[in-house]
Amino acid sequence: MPDQLVIDVAALNKSYGDKHVVRDFSLQVKRGEIFGFLGPNGSGKTTSIRLICGLLKADSGSGTVLGFDVIKESAAIKREVGYMTQRFSLWEDLTIRENLDFVARMYGMANRAKQVADALEKLGLSSRQNQLAGSLSGGWKQRLSLAACMLHKPMLLLLDEPTAGVDPKARRDFWDEIHRLAGAGVTILVTTHYMDEAERCTRLGYIAYGRLLATGSMQEVIDHQHLATWIVRGPDLPALADKLRALAGVSQVTAFGNTLHVTGPDAQQLTTSLRGLNLGERYHLEEATTALEDVFIHLMGQAEDNFQ
Amino acid sequence: MKIPTLSFSRLFGVMVKEFIQMKRDRMTFGMIVGIPVVQLIMFGFAINADPKNLPIAVVSADNSVYSRSFIRALENTKYFTVVSIADTETAANRMLEMGDVQFVLTIPVDFARKLVRGERPSLLIEADATDPSATGNAIAALQALPKLALARDLVGPLQPLAAAPDPFDLRVHRRYNPEGLSRYNIVPGLIGTILTMTMVMMTAFAITRERERGTMENLLATPVRPIEVMIGKIAPYIIVGYIQVSVILLAAKVLFAVPMVGSLVLLSSILLLFIAANLALGFTFSTIAKNQLQAMQMSFFFLLPSILLSGFMFPFRGMPEWAQMIGELLPVTHFLRVIRGILLKGNGLTEVWPHLWPIALFMLVVATIALMRYRETLD
Repeated sequence: MPDQLVIDVAALNKSYGDKHVVRDFSLQVKRGEIFGFLGPNGSGKTTSIRLICGLLKADSGSGTVLGFDVIKESAAIKREVGYMTQRFSLWEDLTIRENLDFVARMYGMANRAKQVADALEKLGLSSRQNQLAGSLSGGWKQRLSLAACMLHKPMLLLLDEPTAGVDPKARRDFWDEIHRLAGAGVTILVTTHYMDEAERCTRLGYIAYGRLLATGSMQEVIDHQHLATWIVRGPDLPALADKLRALAGVSQVTAFGNTLHVTGPDAQQLTTSLRGLNLGERYHLEEATTALEDVFIHLMGQAEDNFQ
Repeated sequence: MKIPTLSFSRLFGVMVKEFIQMKRDRMTFGMIVGIPVVQLIMFGFAINADPKNLPIAVVSADNSVYSRSFIRALENTKYFTVVSIADTETAANRMLEMGDVQFVLTIPVDFARKLVRGERPSLLIEADATDPSATGNAIAALQALPKLALARDLVGPLQPLAAAPDPFDLRVHRRYNPEGLSRYNIVPGLIGTILTMTMVMMTAFAITRERERGTMENLLATPVRPIEVMIGKIAPYIIVGYIQVSVILLAAKVLFAVPMVGSLVLLSSILLLFIAANLALGFTFSTIAKNQLQAMQMSFFFLLPSILLSGFMFPFRGMPEWAQMIGELLPVTHFLRVIRGILLKGNGLTEVWPHLWPIALFMLVVATIALMRYRETLD
């Protein structure tokens, strides 16, 4: 069943006191998908993940995760899901092996010694298995965390900003591993702030102020916002940027190296405005495709207008 | 070369930041104010190294004017209060064993007759000397009694009896600790306070550590159930507690020659209750404290009265009533009576029973709070 829905939740809500952290959260993720979850800090990404993995109980809403009821069967969901926390949350004063061994016990795994040995082997840490987890570098800690939450062979992985503070090489290796797992049929829900990582997801969702605002493939998310973007090259860009922001039809001006990206919601109006400025010979204008980051920044600005 | 100068504005900046942080950490702020006040009250009002009005039981076979005078003189020293007139010596002894009275006075049948005849009869005062500091001053006050107690009665023809030597003989038996060694009292007491200290602190840290380091989230994401975490976290410390007790008991025997009259099996089983009560309290602290420092402060706050008001360092009967009431709430107060009773007096289950249910009740209340709080912290 390749089209089977691994996550199928509707209208989940969660509040802490009078803070409504997750609002009417609905999500469908199919088997083998890598679903990227994006949004500003404090937008409810972590809480949504915790609702899905059974760590938190939703105030209202319904749905299933891996076929289990998301409200009533959180214990069963916990057994079948692998959850990697935002912060390194294994025990720094246990060795690599002891950590894996403990996790294996928590899941009541049969054949523990062999499973742990296999995981160490795959991780390439067999020779350093007696080293304290706290002494590992950021990249290795993250790989160990992944190995720990994959130990009981879950069919759904929830990764909360797994690559924060990890170097580019380790990040790339990590994502290769994610794709390998997805290829093997594991469904992955991952949150990230990195655009290059978002681009490597098969589907994206954007969350802000507790609401899921847009979902779809990267191209769908970009197209759906109907944004137009121009690239401006030339001297004295910071001063020009202020001038551009004041124009009608310009929603954001962002500096990228020696260029400015000027984005607006209406292509016609944006073109007219830029042309009307008569920048002269010194500046070079060029129409460009809108990037994912432009879309997200646009979405963030919009969300603020709507919800604050 | 330029000498680095002290910048007062920088220095002031650091001080301001420190005060702001102090103010934010409510618990520390509370401790800064609370601990001196509590200590002041405990040392200033509660603790009294010279306990008065100690309960004494009287077994009198001689209802004469002389014995009545003696009892009155006894009470006039302010150190003794007659709480009971016992019918038999067995009944009086029982009270001593149970710890209901600190002393028993036995007046023999023919006390008056022998006294008048000038045969210098004997009066017997038995003291529960398990805590020598509680009975020391009272026993010292007895010294003057033979000479003074009957001065007003020995007039006329009996006048010569009042002159030296004393008209009667006052014998004091220090029961359970004949040599009046304070280590007999302190060493068993140490078991109680050390257990309170380590058990409460260790469990208080056990959970807060997980939360502080962020590993709690990982633990909760696994299928492990709260009750499994609670028991799994507490059980190792029960073993630690038993190891501590074994070490102290061994040292008590080998180094301090503390007598061990009662049943060690009984003691071990009561230990389990006492350790469990302390662990439950530590667990409760850990569900309230936000970090290990707060857990430490809470433990310390509990430890103060446990050492000062339990009868460990200062005689329990010397404290005013309100302080005794606080003391009665603490498990260690009851445990001290149990362990001293078993080791020094040879108490059995019936004698220590009155001290077991307060410990059990304490544990029940605290464990209920812990479980309720722990559920909350999950969400």
